[in-house]
This record gives sequence, C-alpha cells and structure tokens, in this order.
Amino acid sequence: MSLNRKDLLGLEHFDRKDLQTVLDSVKPFKSLFTRSVKKAPTLIGKTVVTLFYEPSTRTKTSFEIAAKRLSADVVNVVINTSSVVKGESLIDTGKTLEAMKADYIIIRHSLAGAPDILARNLSASIINAGDGFHEHPTQGLLDLYTMYEKKKKFEGLKVLLVGDILHSRVAKSNIWALTKMGAEVAVAGPPTLIPIGIENLGVKVYYNLDEAVKKADVVNILRIQLERQKENLFPSVHEYVELYQLTKERLATARPGVLVMHPGPMNRGIEISSDVADSSNAVINEQVTNGIAVRMAVLYLLSPKRKNASAG
Amino acid sequence: MSKIILDAKAFQNVVDTISKEIFEDNRDISELTIVGIQNKGVFLAKRILTIVAKLAGIDREQISFGTLDITLHRDDLDNFGSNMPVIKDTVIPFDISRKNIILIDDVLYTGRTVRSALDVLMDFGRPKSIQLAILVDRGFRELPIEAKYVGVKYQSEEFIKVECEETDGMDKVTVAK
Repeated sequence: MSLNRKDLLGLEHFDRKDLQTVLDSVKPFKSLFTRSVKKAPTLIGKTVVTLFYEPSTRTKTSFEIAAKRLSADVVNVVINTSSVVKGESLIDTGKTLEAMKADYIIIRHSLAGAPDILARNLSASIINAGDGFHEHPTQGLLDLYTMYEKKKKFEGLKVLLVGDILHSRVAKSNIWALTKMGAEVAVAGPPTLIPIGIENLGVKVYYNLDEAVKKADVVNILRIQLERQKENLFPSVHEYVELYQLTKERLATARPGVLVMHPGPMNRGIEISSDVADSSNAVINEQVTNGIAVRMAVLYLLSPKRKNASAG
Repeated sequence: MSKIILDAKAFQNVVDTISKEIFEDNRDISELTIVGIQNKGVFLAKRILTIVAKLAGIDREQISFGTLDITLHRDDLDNFGSNMPVIKDTVIPFDISRKNIILIDDVLYTGRTVRSALDVLMDFGRPKSIQLAILVDRGFRELPIEAKYVGVKYQSEEFIKVECEETDGMDKVTVAK
C-alpha cells in the first residue's frame, strides 16, 4: 500500500489507484474515534509543523487533531508574529523548520505553487493545505471519501459544484479527483465566477442552477468569498441569493437521496439556506469528522525521513 | 523445499486441543471473549470460538468476538520506506472491562506482534485478564512474552507458513527449508 511520494501537493498528479489507496485507508483511522483512547502511537516522536500564511480555523485544527491522534508533536507557526514579518523568505523559513527536525510541514499560502517550492527544497514531507486558487487536496480527499462512504461508487455519480469556481481551490481538487474516479462532474455559477476553459477538465458548465440541480446526486456548495465582492464579479449579494442559493425548493427537484456538502465556513442565507444546511440531506458535519480521519491516513501514507531506511 | 509441520488432520486436532484447554480454564463463559489478530489469527479465533461454544452447549453468538489489527501500534513503521502496510479492521464490539480475553494468533515468534496487540486492547479499557493462544511457537523471542495455550512448538529461524481452509483452501503448516 503506497502513495510513493513524500509530499501531497495536489490531486492533479494523483491517479485513480492513488485515490483508491487513500479511500481504502481511511476507515481504520475513523474507527479509532469510537474507542475510549482515540489515539495510536503511529507517529510517536515525529514533529508536524503547521505553517499558515492565510487564516484558517477548521483546516488547521483538523490537521492538528489528526497529527495528535497519531501521537506526533505539533507546532503551530503563527505568521504575523514570526520572522516572516521581518522579511524571511519562504525557503529560509522552511529550512529553519527543517533544521529544527520537522518531519511534516503543512502549509497554506495565498500563492499557488508555494507548497511545491518547499517540497523541492526540503526533505520533510510537505502537505498543501490550500495554495492560492490552485488546490486544497486534503479537502478534495475528504469530500471524495464522504461521497464514497454514502454512495459507495463513483461510476455514473452526478456531482454538482455550485458557486465561485474561479477562486475555489476546493473546486479544483474536487474536479481532479472526481473525474478520475469516473463521476460526472458539473459546475454551476455566474459566468464571471466560472473559469474560461474549465470544460477541458471534463466538466459540464451550467449558468442556471435550477436546471443543473435536477440531475444531481451530490451538491457540493462552495463558499461565496465575500471579501472578493469588491472585484464586482456579481452585481449584488441579493442577486446571487436569488439565482444561486441552494434552497429547500431547489433541493426538492434533485435526485432522491441527494447529498448536500459544504467545505465551510458557511454563509447561511447566502450560498445555502439555513433549512438546507440543517436538513437530513446535509453531510456537512460528517465532512468535518471525515476530514480528521482522511488527514490521519495522509500522514500515515506519506513517507518523510523513512525514505532512506531499509525495508524489513 | 518445504517440510510439513502440521497436515490437515493434525491441524484440526491441535485446534480442538487448544479449544478444550481454553474451555477448561474459563468455565465462567459469561466473562469469556475471543479476539483474533489479523490476518490468520482471525480465522483461527472463529474456529476456536465455534468449538468452545459447542463444548459449553451455547450458541456461538453468545460469546463476544473481536478482530484486532496491530499496524498503527507497530514499533518498526520507520522501516517500511514508502510502502506502508495495509491496515485491516479492528472491531471490538463489546466492553472489554471485567472480561477474560483469549487473544489468538497463528505464529508466536519475536513477541512484538503480541506486545502491540496488548497495547491496542488496553486502549479499549481494562480487561480482567488476557490469555494468549497460538498455533505454532517458533521460538526466538525478543520480548518477555509467552503463550498460555500452544498448539505446537517448532523452533525455527526459517519462515513458518500457516495456510488455512478459509483463505488457502486447506489447513497446513509448513516450514521453508
């Protein structure tokens, strides 16, 4: 069982076998959560550093819990109080952490490719926790696992991603993973928030949510990034709500047993109505639980420092 | 070349004997539980469970049964390079406190697997006792661990292969020569 890599940078470079390896590995970690001791000594003595250049609560917490449940030591580097504000470069920060014997560095950065730069310059395992508009691979994997758990197979599964596809790294990682597993992926949103040429990734584009939602087995709703509203990509929040909010009425037209997913944090009453978020179709909290198990599996499967050790 | 240590008949006799000993030592069947270590230990454990239940004159469902995988508790994970072992199910669907657990594996060698298995069990609670039953004792222990129920002793530095009907189509224990 192997991913044959030291880093997790994106799902673009994962093949179907790699994705299946992760899916098959999650359950034993999830089953730990129901024990009286929710911890295993798997990564005892290993050091995991989280290096977040952008704000995050859930992803950082999720990684931290995942690493701690595997008995690793976790250090959180807080950027606005670190040497970065004194002008230290990304590579130098990474080398410093490596000199402190970090085995895993979990990085979030506003620039796409930042994790890749660290991966090429360090022997520690680098895990991308979101880079620019590029990818958020562990979110992609936990979305994939949640669908797998509920729907059992991807062949023919119709997954609809709704909202700001342009700025969403979650959408990109979802698309890479789902299309490789054989799901039929569609995106829906205002034309200004759908990247040009996205059809080339094998997804269907809808500008009309009513039409798109009818065929869906899974609706994965992306957060409207209100902080980007100053770019005037849609006329008003009110108009967005009218056209693209997943409401109870719209959800009722989807396929039976439709799953509603959201990577969080939710803007209730904007991209998702409150009653949909709390409905029995929503698996949003299960995504959070699965996120920890998926990140444990990723930490287990990647191989920092082990790469020079002989097998046996 | 390989040498047969147990053929199908001897295999069954050994399993019968272990089961009988377990039953004799654990007359309070309400406290008895059986846990098999993945992979082969699980199949052995199921067989022993069936025989013990028959001896006690109860349904096999009345004896609690679990499976256990030691991977996450191994002491040699750093040696696997990028090819990590597959983790199998650990399912202990009962409260282990105040229970006598019969822990079952196919071969006892260094004792490291059993050490890990004891750690896993302790994470589920505080059993009254844990008793180890194994099919073959291969010797060469590296830890102070011994089995209470031993099918056959066969000191060997060579790999001992256990085949059982459920996975290999027949019961057989052989040693590579």
